[in-house]
This record gives sequence, structure tokens and C-alpha cells, in this order.
Amino acid sequence: MDLFEYQARDIFEKHGVPVLGGVVATTPEEARAGAEKLGGGTVVVKAQVKIGGRGKAGGVKLAHSPEEAAQKAEEILGMDIKGHTVHRVMIAAGAQIAEEYYFSVLLDRAHRNYLAMCSVEGGVEIEELAVERPEALARVAVDPAVGIDAAKAAEIVEAAGFDADVKDKVAAAIQQLWTVFSEEDATLVEVNPLVKTEQGDIIALDGKVTLDANADFRHPDHAELEDSATTDPLEAKAKEHDLNYVKLDGEVGIIGNGAGLVMSTLDVVAYAGEAHGGVKPANFLDIGGGANAQVMAAGLDVILHDEQVKSVFVNVFGGITACDEVAKGIVGALEILGDEASKPLVVRLDGNNVEKGRAILTEANHPLVTLAETMDGGAETAAAKAAATA
Amino acid sequence: MSIYLNSDSKIIVQGITGGMGAKHTALMLSSGANIVGGVNARKAGQTVEHTDHEGNPVTLPVFGSVKEAMAETGADVSVVFVPPAFTKDACVEAIDAGIGLLVVITEGVPVQDTAEVFAYLDGKDTRMIGPNCPGIITPGESLAGITPHTITGSGPIGLVSKSGTLTYQMMYELRDLGFSTAIGIGGDPVIGTTHIDALEAFENDPATEAIVMIGEIGGDAEERAAAYIAEHVTKPVVGYVAGFTAPEGKTMGHAGAIVSGSSGTAQAKKEALEAVGVKVGKTPSETARLMRELLQSR
Repeated sequence: MDLFEYQARDIFEKHGVPVLGGVVATTPEEARAGAEKLGGGTVVVKAQVKIGGRGKAGGVKLAHSPEEAAQKAEEILGMDIKGHTVHRVMIAAGAQIAEEYYFSVLLDRAHRNYLAMCSVEGGVEIEELAVERPEALARVAVDPAVGIDAAKAAEIVEAAGFDADVKDKVAAAIQQLWTVFSEEDATLVEVNPLVKTEQGDIIALDGKVTLDANADFRHPDHAELEDSATTDPLEAKAKEHDLNYVKLDGEVGIIGNGAGLVMSTLDVVAYAGEAHGGVKPANFLDIGGGANAQVMAAGLDVILHDEQVKSVFVNVFGGITACDEVAKGIVGALEILGDEASKPLVVRLDGNNVEKGRAILTEANHPLVTLAETMDGGAETAAAKAAATA
Repeated sequence: MSIYLNSDSKIIVQGITGGMGAKHTALMLSSGANIVGGVNARKAGQTVEHTDHEGNPVTLPVFGSVKEAMAETGADVSVVFVPPAFTKDACVEAIDAGIGLLVVITEGVPVQDTAEVFAYLDGKDTRMIGPNCPGIITPGESLAGITPHTITGSGPIGLVSKSGTLTYQMMYELRDLGFSTAIGIGGDPVIGTTHIDALEAFENDPATEAIVMIGEIGGDAEERAAAYIAEHVTKPVVGYVAGFTAPEGKTMGHAGAIVSGSSGTAQAKKEALEAVGVKVGKTPSETARLMRELLQSR
């Protein structure tokens, strides 16, 4: 899960990383109150969106009074930044910036450890800096068994070439940012810019944090960080049922077992759709190994409530789960749903007990259900049915 | 022949008394795998009852530690079914005991835990597979994991995949030919055994004549595997990549399956593989057809 800047700021503060005052606001009135809370002087009103480039898009504005902060918030709230609607702004205290730096620590999948990156040339697009002047971006591997201790932090600031007068302060901030990474189970902690103020203080001015959802069980407080305002309602409903669902923009609903097979099913449906007016998969939905009637019903319930969906393709390979159990699940799910099941269902079963599974569906003879012999054939039929009713 | 696992492998199950552990201990036994015991510190000294592949009753001892289990049974493989919160400790315990092969089935392990375990493996004798994987099967010989043993038998194809169900699907598509070993390496961002490790082992395995490599979106493991194939693999390789339709920034089921910006896309992986002469199927069935053609033309 990616956090908003204001959430990153709060987490930084919790772990002792030096930050400026910041208040989140969803209305101009709240923005005014926030600016007053910060002392009534100059503030920065910043759009809270999980995408870069908001400054250029006009999502960051200076305000010299609470009145002006409200006005700027009014302008920014509701803006569309690269497809992201702005629902919140952060009112941030102003800073007198002398220098801008960059720091991040992230999971390095290729090396299966962590990578710290640091530069004395912050405040710019770091991807561009990495390409154009790679020598200006220090890269230091971090051993997961050790983390960033005082010695590693010193190594990082040395590699980045900080001036002697800020070295110690930057190294201290880096160790605090490591605490954020480690204690919050992050996969990315990025500060851009990390600034030196004219008073000589080091401050994390803008932060980006990505948290590992697999670690949620040891961070009950992370649930509050979910962005319910922009979560798709169908995704929210799927989450209530513990279903692994991602809403996409298409017409063929997909249910399958196993993440890889479901991803593959989406692709196969998209290929089949090319010959049927370009119909596309409507979602990713992995019901996992135990495809019983309740899970199948919950999955179908989510998909059939997607108004874009015109047909559904159920693609299950019975590995551990036997196909007759899956077939019973489908029949049971259709009984549970009753009249709410209203769209054609193409079912492909293969693997363990496939003959029994197909026999159950044939016998049930549900008017909405069509059996497919193969994955490719099922995708073709589902795409054709979606195109026919579109 | 095979890679990593054969009929001599003696397997213990960490978490043998739990729901998943008990269920898959039974399935592994029914495949003919040599399961010699299990570990659960709180149930040390107890036994669990199962049935072997010939229908004979089997009584398996539950030990208090991996070390003790290895000393008593001579086990060299451990399959881990413990919950995510305890997986790191279970792995460290097995590594400390000096287990040869550690197969971690558990899904949902925090990635920092896995990164710490991987760092801990450095300089040790253990090979880890997973986490979040179906494990490894050498058909007709042994099974350490949850891959159904009923799909197909022994044959000339080696298979390495990030995905469990795509492994099963591909084994099913090519069931008339059979497999030397099929290994599911897992869909997490950090895993113990990689595509490259498996490719190297298959290249050196006399029983493997051709290799199917299945990848999916996220990271650059497939790109690095392609570079490895160009340099080191002489056996024919057929590839498949899932996730062409996956949107940017969304995790598709597997924790590691995510396109970040322009990196980790299925298209880039396909191109990298094709650039080194690997034929890449558009669908699982086309991939199977490519493999079939390739074996027939030899």
C-alpha cells in the first residue's frame, strides 16, 4: 500500500524523523483552520495524490494567510492530476530552504536485500538524475540482517558526498528513516527533498512510503491508512469477503483459482476479445484453492454487481481441489444468488475429477451456464457472449 | 535423474499437526514421497497417523525441533506449513539444523522476514524454495509441497514457474510427455531459489531434455534469466509470461506480481526471452504446443 504524503509525514514524526508541521484538510474551511493552527503565516497547500508531478500540474500552491490557504485549497480540491482526483490537501508549514537532498531505502528484489540511495542533488526527478548523472546518486547495499546502523549511515553520507557541516545531521536522519522502514514493514521509504534549512536544520520535506500488506497482521494500525475515498466500491466489497479482486475496465468477468492462472486467463480473454469487438477482462479474481459454494457465491456476487460485466468466465484447474467440489460450488452459488445471477456463465474445469465435475454441471442444466472444454475455448465463448450482449 | 529432490529424499514437515500440514502430509504420502516425521515444539513426543501410497498405515513421529528430527530420521528436506507470523523462525531453525532443502509453502510472509532469512542463508548449506510456492515434484520419485502428483508422470521436461496453478496447467497440457522435475519458485518479491538456479540445475540434469520457464509480471527475474540462458543454457527452453493485461500499480494476487511504472511488464519479459531465442507462447496451450514441436523436431 502506498501512503499519502501526509500519512508518511505522520509516520516520520512518530519515529523521530524531523518534519515540519502539517495538517490534512478535505475542505477549504479545514484548510483555513489548519493554516491557523500552524501559526497563521505562510504555508504550502499541497494536493494529496499518489502520483508524481503534482507541482507541475498546479497541485502545490503557496499561501500567505489562512484566508489564502482556504482559497488555494478550494482551487486544488477536486482537481484531476493524471487521472487522480484530489480529495485532500496537506497544509504544510513553510520552510526557508538552503539546499535540497535525496534519500531512499527500498527492497531490492534482484539482489534480495535493501538498497539505500542518496544524493546531494535532491528536489529533482530522481529517475532522471539516475539516468543523466548516475555518479551524483550514491547507491549503497543494505544487509537485511544488519540494517542501517551508525556505520552504514556514515557510509551512505560519505558516498553521497555531503559537506562536513551537515554529515552528522543527515546520517542521524537516515538512521531514523531506517527505523521507519524497519519498524513499519515498509518496502519503500523515500524523501525528496530532504532539505537543509537556512537555519542549518535537516528536515524531511516530502515523503513517500510503501507498506508491505503481508505484514499487516503485526500492524493493526495500518488498517486506518487505507484510502476508502478512492477505493473502488466493488474492490471494497470483495475485501469484506477476503477475496483477491482487482477491478479492471472490461466486459468479461473472470473467476479462477491461483494468481498465475487468473492472470493468464485475463490475457487469454483479451486475445479472444480482439475478434469480438475488443471486449476485455473486467476484473482479476482469485478464489484460491478451496473453491466451495460460499466462496464461489461471494465471488460471483461481486462480479455480477459490476455493471460493465456482460458475461463471466469461470476458469478452474482442479489441482488439490477436486472439480466436482468446484462444480457443486458453482451450482450452490447460483442457488444462493437466485435471480441476482443474470449473466451468462462460461465454465471451464480441468484436472482432478474433471468428469464428475462436468457431469454435475450438465445435470444441473442451469440456463446461464455453458461448459467449455479448454481454457482457450472458454475464453472465446465468454468473449463472444459478452460481445453479443454489449 | 532430477533436480534437488529424488526417491532418496527424506522429508519432514514443519507444522505437521496443523490443518494445511496434515492435509498435505497425507497427499505427499499418497504420492509415494518418503515422509519421515514432523516438527511441532508444543507436540513433541506425539505421533500422527497417516496412510502411505500402498494403503498401509504410517505412524509419523512429531519432534520438538528440526535438529532433533534430522538426528532421529536422517531427514534432508523440510516442508514448511507454519503460519506467516512464525515462518521466519521456522526457516532459521531449519537452516541452523543444516537441512539440505527447505521448501516454504506458506503464503503471506512479510517480505522483510524473507529478506532476513535469505541473508541468513549466506554461507550456509541450505537451499530454500519459496516462500509462497507449491514446492517441488519429481514425478514418480518424490514430492515436497502441494503440487498434485496425479497430473502426470516422469518425462523429459523440466519446469520452473512463479505460479502454482500455471505449473499444474502446464503439467496437464504436457501430461503425455511427463516431467523430470517441476519446481514452483513462488510469487513473492524475495524468494530463495530463482529461475536462474533452476535453469542451471536443469542444464546439468541428464534426465532433462527441454525446459519450460513460466514467469509473470513484476521485478526483472525473467529478464535476468534470459541473459543467463544466452550465456549458459544449451538445452531448448520454451517460455510463458502471464499478466499482459495487468494494470500498472496493482498487485495481482501474488505479492510480487506488480507492474511499477514501466518496469516489470509482461511485454518486456517476453521480448527479453525472445531476444535470446526462447520461444514464448501467447497462452499456456500455445506454450505447450511449442514445447511439443520442439521435442518432436529433435
